[in-house]
Amino acid sequence: MTVALERPAQTQSSQSAAYANGTGSFAIEAGGMGVYYGNFCAVRDVDMRVPTNKITAIIGPSGCGKSTVLRCFNRMNDLINSARIEGEVLFQGQNIYDDSVDPVEVRRRIGMVFQKANPFPKTIYENVAWGTRINGFRGDMDEMVEKALRSAALWDEVKDKLQQSALGLSGGQQQRLCIARAIAVEPEIILMDEPASALDPIATLRIEDLMKELSEKYTIIVVTHNMQQAARISDFTAFFSVDEYRTGNLIEFDETEKIFTNPSQKSTEDYITGRFG
Amino acid sequence: MGPKSRVSACKKETGRWQKAGEEAARNWELLTANRGESLGLRPATQTFAGLPAEVTKEQGEIMTQSAPVAEAAISAESMRGPVAGAESTGETVLGGGPKYDLRRRPRVAESLIQGFLFLCGAISILTTLGIVYVLGRESLLFFANEEVNLLKFFGGTEWQPAISRFGIWPLVTATLMASLIAMAVALPMGLCIAIYLSEYAGQRTRSVLKPILEVLAGIPTVVYGYFALTFMTPFLRGILGRDIVEIYNTASAGIVIGILVIPLVSSMSEDALSAVPGSLRQASYGLGATRLETAVRIVLPAALSGVAAAFIVAISRAIGETMIVAIAAGAGPNFTFSPFRAAETMTGHIVRISGGDLSYDSIDYNSIFAIGLLLFLMTLSLNILSQWIVRRFREEYE
Amino acid sequence: MALDQRQTATQPAGGLMPSGPAYREQVVTRQRRGRRWAIIFQAAMLSGIIALCALLFNILNQSFGYVAIINNIDPAELAIDGVPLDELTKDQLVGILEANVSAGLMRRYEHDMPFAQRTSENVHELILERVVEPQVQATWGLFESVFARGSVFAEAEERFPGSDVYFRSWLTTSFISKSQSSEPLRAGVRTAIFGSLWVVAITILFSFPIGVGAAIYLEEYAHKERLINRLIQTNINNLAGVPSIIYGMLGLAIFVRILEVFTSGAFLGIGDQSTANGRTIISAGLTLGLLILPLIIINGQEAIRAVPNSLRQAGFGLGATHWQVIWHHVLPSAMPGILTGTILAISRAIGETAPLVVVGASTFIALDPSGPFSKFTVLPIQIYQWTSRPQDEFRNLAAAAILVLLVLLLTMNASAVLLRNHFDRGQANA
Repeated sequence: MTVALERPAQTQSSQSAAYANGTGSFAIEAGGMGVYYGNFCAVRDVDMRVPTNKITAIIGPSGCGKSTVLRCFNRMNDLINSARIEGEVLFQGQNIYDDSVDPVEVRRRIGMVFQKANPFPKTIYENVAWGTRINGFRGDMDEMVEKALRSAALWDEVKDKLQQSALGLSGGQQQRLCIARAIAVEPEIILMDEPASALDPIATLRIEDLMKELSEKYTIIVVTHNMQQAARISDFTAFFSVDEYRTGNLIEFDETEKIFTNPSQKSTEDYITGRFG
Repeated sequence: MGPKSRVSACKKETGRWQKAGEEAARNWELLTANRGESLGLRPATQTFAGLPAEVTKEQGEIMTQSAPVAEAAISAESMRGPVAGAESTGETVLGGGPKYDLRRRPRVAESLIQGFLFLCGAISILTTLGIVYVLGRESLLFFANEEVNLLKFFGGTEWQPAISRFGIWPLVTATLMASLIAMAVALPMGLCIAIYLSEYAGQRTRSVLKPILEVLAGIPTVVYGYFALTFMTPFLRGILGRDIVEIYNTASAGIVIGILVIPLVSSMSEDALSAVPGSLRQASYGLGATRLETAVRIVLPAALSGVAAAFIVAISRAIGETMIVAIAAGAGPNFTFSPFRAAETMTGHIVRISGGDLSYDSIDYNSIFAIGLLLFLMTLSLNILSQWIVRRFREEYE
Repeated sequence: MALDQRQTATQPAGGLMPSGPAYREQVVTRQRRGRRWAIIFQAAMLSGIIALCALLFNILNQSFGYVAIINNIDPAELAIDGVPLDELTKDQLVGILEANVSAGLMRRYEHDMPFAQRTSENVHELILERVVEPQVQATWGLFESVFARGSVFAEAEERFPGSDVYFRSWLTTSFISKSQSSEPLRAGVRTAIFGSLWVVAITILFSFPIGVGAAIYLEEYAHKERLINRLIQTNINNLAGVPSIIYGMLGLAIFVRILEVFTSGAFLGIGDQSTANGRTIISAGLTLGLLILPLIIINGQEAIRAVPNSLRQAGFGLGATHWQVIWHHVLPSAMPGILTGTILAISRAIGETAPLVVVGASTFIALDPSGPFSKFTVLPIQIYQWTSRPQDEFRNLAAAAILVLLVLLLTMNASAVLLRNHFDRGQANA
């Protein structure tokens, strides 16, 4: 089912008309979203529609709330007591912040990979199996684990040591294990918070290749501080900046090529060309 | 301020010290590299930059001083070479005889103080040796008694030294029974409280509840003994009937010991649970786990070694607990497995015997040391086991 | 409305993961289980608090309440010309005393202190003790006394006809200021309080300098890799877990027996016959000192470790020796932490009972301790002995003594907290 666009593309929002009127469906639509920590407004007025089965990169100077925005998409900010979210985030036409929505279910449908690899202190096998088990997986667990590990391009490296602790893997392997773990519960969307920032260039490359592969089946939203990375892998790019109150806001959201070659906003161009940030 | 600026400061001061300054800077670099940045190690360069040239003597001093710093904090082996190098380089650069005598000089007062402080530390060793000597010696005297042998000691079910019955079992079973009951109370309660405090309670709730547990932990055991006798026993007798529950019984002593060790279990377990990095919780939530699933199936297993250590320390504490059983459990060895009958534990027996008139080198006197030795070995092995578990099974998180 | 309407469309590879209403239902079940356990966790916390409340209630309950008393002679009978006993003049009181006790006892009183020098309160007390001779027949708890007053009086009337029933607080100023007595109505804890103070003073004098010294050695001087230092560290951690009664046996064998010459005061020639066995305040203090030494060391180490290294560097940078840096910079910064830990360790020592029973606390002493070589009793020992008596009225005394002990401990812990807060603020301002 294709979700109809209820709101017209906003004129001020820089999402290109061609894309906004396009035929693609959207995995997540944020409307007027803002995040507060106590009285501090971390992010305000985020309007963006993330297209399905594409890689969307979120870039911007540090402190502009990239990660905060990402965490809003699967209600991870619920875990911070002082955090409060305004506006709406539509997932398949339903506001995930609606009272009737269970954050547990949201997080299963919208998985997350974190900045630092955080495998559970269990075996490699259990790391992948655990999420599916609590979510009521019925079927051949071995097959499922293998499939997930293969999808994460990790199977060949770990197939002989599935029963060893996941903490023994290298940083890059751990991060791919976290990706395998995330896709094992069959989410629609995978949120990635600077997934390669703690890795060496070779491991980073493998993660990037993996993301491209995964984007055929999943919608991927990735926060990165690395503009080259955004340019390399993403189909769409959202540029966030920070105003004088240290509040982050969305400056421009468009196809990656357009953002990097012909941005419509001056500040985007300044950032891309390295004049600030 | 990094080592580099220190070098430049040295240059500004006086050219003669340039080489030595660089050496020192290298030492600092080594120091920082070895000790890690987290130690907040910073050379006091700022002071030097503003000082007049006369103060260079102090610069010289700091190089000799940097050696003890390193020795105190880290393995000295890696440091010795470069430091010695700094001194010799300084001298060769100076050429025609050093202006300052930088050689190590004996500091008698410092050595004396260090010696005294070492003795303070060594007193703990003496204490242990004293315990082992005292318990060992008197126990040997006990077992040297011709009426006593190990077979009787570990084989008999009656303890009456006055009439040559030396079976330790009545005391051991009472001890184990009271401890078992205590653990049945303390482990589930303590763990639930720890999970609640660590995974459920908010910051403010925690700041109110934790002091309450600390109060519970700070109450003297004799007060708990009073509580067991004047509250728990009547309470049990009221529920189960006076015919079933005797006035002195191991059940009420055990339950109250359990209450006593709840704060121990909960605070140690909570420390272990809180030490589990938040990223694991986030990963779990990110897979669609509920709070309970995260707490019980991710955080708890990750903290298992700490929780297990807490449990074992609690058992050790319960076995060694004295006043509660001395007051509430009964005054006479009784080989029974009923928790509602009176029975005397090992600790209770020691207190009762030593509280009376006790003449040295009597069989009674020696026998309580034999019991004490057994008690010491039991608690010591439990404590060592808990430390081993913590070391062996600790998950290393960066 | 479920979130996974397009599940099959976008997840052809899926299949076995539950979806749709089945998943929905499963999540609801899991959430319900989560809520149930959350209640269980909270209930555990609550029952901990309830246990604490029950303990405190029990002690308060026993410290106050009605007592039924039967007097040997009703004080009303002793009134002269309608003037009640406590308003009589001293001469009249002496007259009553003379009329009711033997001449021998009167001579003894005269010998202890001439009646000419005694106050009328003192004589009044003697009359109560020897003439009125009140005997406690039964006691009731505070709860009963407040909520079931009628049945208390009825029961007293029925079981102890002619008894005097009145509300008594077992915790009074005279309870604190009087020395021990075998008569529950006149017993006090002054001896025990003084004993506790003496013992704790010895404990502090012994364990504080040594404990802090050991902590300094281990944190500032010791090479962590050297075998001897690792041994010391492991040893201290293990000593902290040794049951306190074992320390009592150590104290009995070492301080009381082997070092008897010193601990009885005989080497100074000041010990008297009654303490010649070494069961003295100094033995008790040293035993408790060894007991809390590991606690003080471990706490001290933590406090010293918390001193930022930059402070040491600054000291060394000015050419100070290692000890100068420790004495002038490290110790002052670590002192609040060290003191807080020490106070907590001492409050442990104050409440410690078992090792002192083993070391040999006296069962009954009415004289205040006069120095480190006196016999001793302490508050917890007093509580233990009163609790072990079968009569109810001694339980009431024990409860009152527990209140004294708890107030003492609470004061100490509160002062530790205040100290910590005070120094924390001081350092924040600096």
